[in-house]
Amino acid sequence: MMLGIIGGRVFDPRNDCAGEVRDIWVADGRVVAAADVDRERAEIIDAGGLVVMPGGVDIHSHIVGAKVNSGRKMRPEDHRGHERARQGKLRSGSGLTVPSTHLTGYLYSEMGYTTVMEAATAPLAARHTHEELEDVPNLDKGAFITMGNNHFIMRCIAEGRLEQARDYVGWLLKATRGFAIKIVNPGGVENWKWGRNVEEMNDEVIGYGVSPRQIVGALAWINDELGLPHVPHIHGINLGRHTSARTTIETIRGLEGRAAHFCHLQFLSYGKGAGKMHVSEAPAVAAAVNAAADVTVDVGQLVFGPATTMTSDGPIQYSLHRTTGNKWINDDVESETGGGIVPVLYKRSNPVNSTMWLTGMELYMLIEDPWKVFLSTDHPNAGPFTRYPQVIKLLMDREYRRAEFDKLHHTARKRALLPELEREYSLNEIAIISRAGPARALGLDRKGHLGIGADADIAVYRELKDKEEMFARPAWVFKAGELVARDGQVVTEVAGRTFFAAADYDEDIETEIREYFKSAYTVAFENFAVQSRPVKGAAPIACR
Amino acid sequence: MSVVVEHVACPFCGCLCDDLSVEAEGERVVKVRRACSNGQGVFREYDPSPRRPTLEGREVEWDEAVRAAAEILDAADSPLIYGLSSSAVEAQRKAVELADRIGAVIDSTSSVCHGPTGLAMQAVGEATCTLGEVRDRADLLLFWGCNPEASHLRHFRRYSAAAEGAQTPNGRKDRTVVAVDVRPTDTTAKADIFLQVDAGADFEVLTTLRLLVAGRTPAADAVGGVAFSDLTALVERMTSCRYGVAFMGMGLTMTPARQMNVAELFTLVAELNAHTRFSVLPMRGHGNVTGADQVLTWLSGYPFAVSFARGYPQFSPGEFTAVDMLARRAADAAVIIASDPGAHLPARAARYLERIPTILLDHGSSVTAEMARIVFPTAAYGVDAAGTAYRMDGVPIPLTECISTGRPTDEDVLTQLLEAVT
Repeated sequence: MMLGIIGGRVFDPRNDCAGEVRDIWVADGRVVAAADVDRERAEIIDAGGLVVMPGGVDIHSHIVGAKVNSGRKMRPEDHRGHERARQGKLRSGSGLTVPSTHLTGYLYSEMGYTTVMEAATAPLAARHTHEELEDVPNLDKGAFITMGNNHFIMRCIAEGRLEQARDYVGWLLKATRGFAIKIVNPGGVENWKWGRNVEEMNDEVIGYGVSPRQIVGALAWINDELGLPHVPHIHGINLGRHTSARTTIETIRGLEGRAAHFCHLQFLSYGKGAGKMHVSEAPAVAAAVNAAADVTVDVGQLVFGPATTMTSDGPIQYSLHRTTGNKWINDDVESETGGGIVPVLYKRSNPVNSTMWLTGMELYMLIEDPWKVFLSTDHPNAGPFTRYPQVIKLLMDREYRRAEFDKLHHTARKRALLPELEREYSLNEIAIISRAGPARALGLDRKGHLGIGADADIAVYRELKDKEEMFARPAWVFKAGELVARDGQVVTEVAGRTFFAAADYDEDIETEIREYFKSAYTVAFENFAVQSRPVKGAAPIACR
Repeated sequence: MSVVVEHVACPFCGCLCDDLSVEAEGERVVKVRRACSNGQGVFREYDPSPRRPTLEGREVEWDEAVRAAAEILDAADSPLIYGLSSSAVEAQRKAVELADRIGAVIDSTSSVCHGPTGLAMQAVGEATCTLGEVRDRADLLLFWGCNPEASHLRHFRRYSAAAEGAQTPNGRKDRTVVAVDVRPTDTTAKADIFLQVDAGADFEVLTTLRLLVAGRTPAADAVGGVAFSDLTALVERMTSCRYGVAFMGMGLTMTPARQMNVAELFTLVAELNAHTRFSVLPMRGHGNVTGADQVLTWLSGYPFAVSFARGYPQFSPGEFTAVDMLARRAADAAVIIASDPGAHLPARAARYLERIPTILLDHGSSVTAEMARIVFPTAAYGVDAAGTAYRMDGVPIPLTECISTGRPTDEDVLTQLLEAVT
């Protein structure tokens, strides 16, 4: 099928096109040169006066898998009143902060998003993640695999056998059809299984004698060695605590020039103010990000209203349960990781929640290079992804931002830097932080841009003064050249692909892994790898 | 000539032991190594010979049976889809799609076993872990209202009481096992400590334990038939262990107070985490009943008792649960997948299945098969069909096609039904 999107103002930052009027031509799901399209047979979309962008790319969102599904199951109150009826071949669904699978695909389509990365999968539950991903339509996807508390890796580090750890990671990504290395509270989740945590980068992981610093360093080295498409995706130690900004800066500097992505940085940028209240340390953290050449971040902007916190960071979820008194799920996963879930309601009247909102906004204002800071709410941790249009409006409209700031709890407003920050994101910068930037950081060459050869994932917006309104209801959304949403309503389902990292590694490691499985797992080595049954739509991404 | 398949998962119960070796000759399994007696039966007694569907007792062609089934579903105002727990995830996904398409009520056997566990989880959450953590870490095990020594025969050896793990190298010697039940069982006989509670008194015993963990001392010599000193001794063990794990079963879910019992235990476990680490796992029965919960949840938002009658998912246990749909005569057609409600549901609900057109997809003979208008003899996942099942701790396990019979799967039939309904 051929398509022409004619006369729109194109925002394609990777190809240095910032709002110039251009035609985009599509054939067989890819962007092609005008000469390669038979105009007589092509469907022509008149995009005159409209804004054309690559489809949105979400670098960090919890949309499927064991943890997300436990969140859905635990929260019937989240679903009631947020149902979607079936319509023709479109499926029904439910959920506000933890929507069901098909509904998740539809809601992303309706905002103009076409690629989403599932942010944390325990290797042992990878098969579950992939089964759910097959039921998320209209998106290309990938799964990050949690490795920051992995016994095999920690043992290799302790024994100084980094090459074996590297080969193990290569094998693990293949076995789980995983896309990237995810690190969550390195060492802290293992210590949580002993009722403890880590607080400093040099603390000791019980039973292994390694430190969070060594785990991050080793995995960053492994990432480079394997040449993975993405960089290590890091949720550091002390999330949510007033020591987090200090240890985040320490972690960034400790990389010593290696590349990394720091996710939902807002949750890790607090300091201690008067009366032990959390304060935003966004200026210091942003300065560290600005100074580090190969570091990218997503913010995890808090939006007020209901959220479901869910991370592999078991101890922080427990402490959130103790603080809020809300219901709590914990799940310790053998030899690998853990996790927890606590529903929350973010309120402006809560001074800490207000400070969290403020911290996220300040990070967006103070990280200078838009290629380094990406749009996220760490869905559904700081709020659902369906609130992205509001976050965009906050970034693009300083009067609106000021009005929202004025509604914050007075404690959070006191001595806040934000009112002095007048920056307004341009449409081109929005295209960077929600498309081009995350695609580049993920190493997805055919995503996040509209150059020849790119996947024809395209969102066409009506330019409105109210940017929330504008980004909530794109006029047209195409996935691989197929129309999937029109005027903010999903119109059809197409199957997406699931990217995984195909790294070269020394396969001799499998002998050792086989032996390791006998004591480390209650599942046979032969039954662990998801490729024993094919993953629908699996697409390898070559390593460098 | 025989073929041996290794690393086979047994689809019988929620343990999904995946270390079996299955030897087959043609369409028959002749030998199974390492399976328990329940697992042996799954493979050794499997009879794949029925190949043709039956319509009102007579054998018909597949197409005719599919057409007749689609006509039943097209004519129904309030169809019920039930079972799912001995099928694979692939078929469960299709079953939910069918329910969505035809506006059916869909429910799994969860609703007659651990449904109340799901309600308790929705109320208070659930601090849990995988079975490998139990094996590797747990030095205190509490079995409450469950009897794995009769129902999950390799549980003790592979995962719990007698399993050898990283922090428990000596297996049984490194653990204290406490069993709580209303009567002596095979499990209580192997426990270090057996607390026999009065029937129906679980809730007050659990509440008393919570009070004691919170540092309060109720004035009583005994609670629910258990001496007060035994309860304080148990609390001392629970708060001072390294990693405790409670397993619970239908002694809590299917006795008076149901989900209240479970919520009390789950709350107790959560509160113990202020003192040490503690987890709880439901002792799930059927091989893939956990998968049924998972699939229904990811596709609809709710784990069981879901109605699509209004075009979107609604969750209402007590209303959309199969027993209630049938006993209230609220269903006018039924699709039963890999289960035997005719034998296992309360009589009033079971008998009603005979009064409505019932379509059965199952791999074996059953009471329901005698009642059903249409019977599709399908493959047994894990024996002559591959698929995925979820273990009681939520870990997905691949099921193997050990013998090749060419029998269609539940997924195949449901796909045909999806194409045939209007």
